Amino acid sequence: MAATEQDILESVSKIINEITGIPASEVTPEKSFVDDLDIDSLSMVEIAVAAQDEFGVEIPDDQLKNLKTVKDVLNFIQN
Amino acid sequence: MRIPDIAPGGRVLALGHYQPPNIVTNDDLTKTMDTSDEWIQSRVGIQQRRVAGKEESVEDMATIAGGKALAASGLSPDEVDLVIVATCTLESQIPNASAVVAHRLGINSPGAFDVNAACAGFCYALATASAAVRAGSARNVLVIGAEKLSQWVDWTDRSTAVIFADGAGAAVVGPSDTPGIGPVVWGSAGDKSEAISIEDRTSFLYQEGQTVFRWATTALHPVALEACSRAGVDPSELAAFVPHQANLRIIEAIARKLGADKAVVARDIVTAGNTSAASIPLALSRMLERGEVRSGGLALVLGFGAGLTYAGQVIEIP
Repeated sequence: MAATEQDILESVSKIINEITGIPASEVTPEKSFVDDLDIDSLSMVEIAVAAQDEFGVEIPDDQLKNLKTVKDVLNFIQN
Repeated sequence: MRIPDIAPGGRVLALGHYQPPNIVTNDDLTKTMDTSDEWIQSRVGIQQRRVAGKEESVEDMATIAGGKALAASGLSPDEVDLVIVATCTLESQIPNASAVVAHRLGINSPGAFDVNAACAGFCYALATASAAVRAGSARNVLVIGAEKLSQWVDWTDRSTAVIFADGAGAAVVGPSDTPGIGPVVWGSAGDKSEAISIEDRTSFLYQEGQTVFRWATTALHPVALEACSRAGVDPSELAAFVPHQANLRIIEAIARKLGADKAVVARDIVTAGNTSAASIPLALSRMLERGEVRSGGLALVLGFGAGLTYAGQVIEIP
């Protein structure tokens, strides 16, 4: 059974919480990593690496910089 | 033809270091570029760094650090048969630094060559020194990591200028009845050669920060674990983990994955900055001086940087 968007959001929130300490409940799809969550470019790399381990989807650095919001990451993982 | 008997082991007999006196704080940097103490500390973990004076060369710093290590070893200069300087920031193409430094230290006509494996250079030089001692190619070897990154950095570029610094560290390597330097695990990733570069003599140091960060936080802990495994040492037995002082977040990420619970992790970068090939002997020498590590304990040293190159081995702290 394919993971639903809600499942992916939960996993991504957990990853972000582990790397940055931001409460998982604050990680919602419309949030911007830089403006709302104050996550820097190095933490984004750590999140991308953890997401790759979790979902088997590689997010290269040149794609990573285009992922501005949590929703962008969810879409990237689903596609 | 005959060859000498292989010595049972090589050992670090003594360490020494040198830092230029000029301290540059994060607040000092805010005067020339758009940055802040908070920004720098959260990205790279550095509070201050040392910057050499205009007239102070790589060779000058290497000579002081090497002289201190030699003095601490108790050896006389004529007992050293080989001098290796690991550096990637020499001002001159030729001569190399090692012959110049050896001469200044009164070491009479040793073998002398420089190693360029960027920030991994010290571990490459250490492995080479250990092999030379064991094979009978040299009785004792002076290994020095020395860098003047400040002259290759664009001091208006906050992505690099906040990181790099100047300094030197040195080790004297000699023979031993029991192994004091474990087998080296080394390698390279030339497919990522463009990630860190100084293209030519008029260029500044360029670094793709995210690419390097991703590589360093994912590819290196297996190297660290293999260096332990090849030396027959469990990470829990390590008294110290001294990785290249690249970025505090890289250091902590590798340390976490290494699982060396009892090891003191070198965080010399906080006050010394990233000094490339000098950072490992500089950090270990300072930790020893401050009493943070004890003689006889096992330390894992792990260099990594431009090339990309990496090398690591377990050593007994002198």
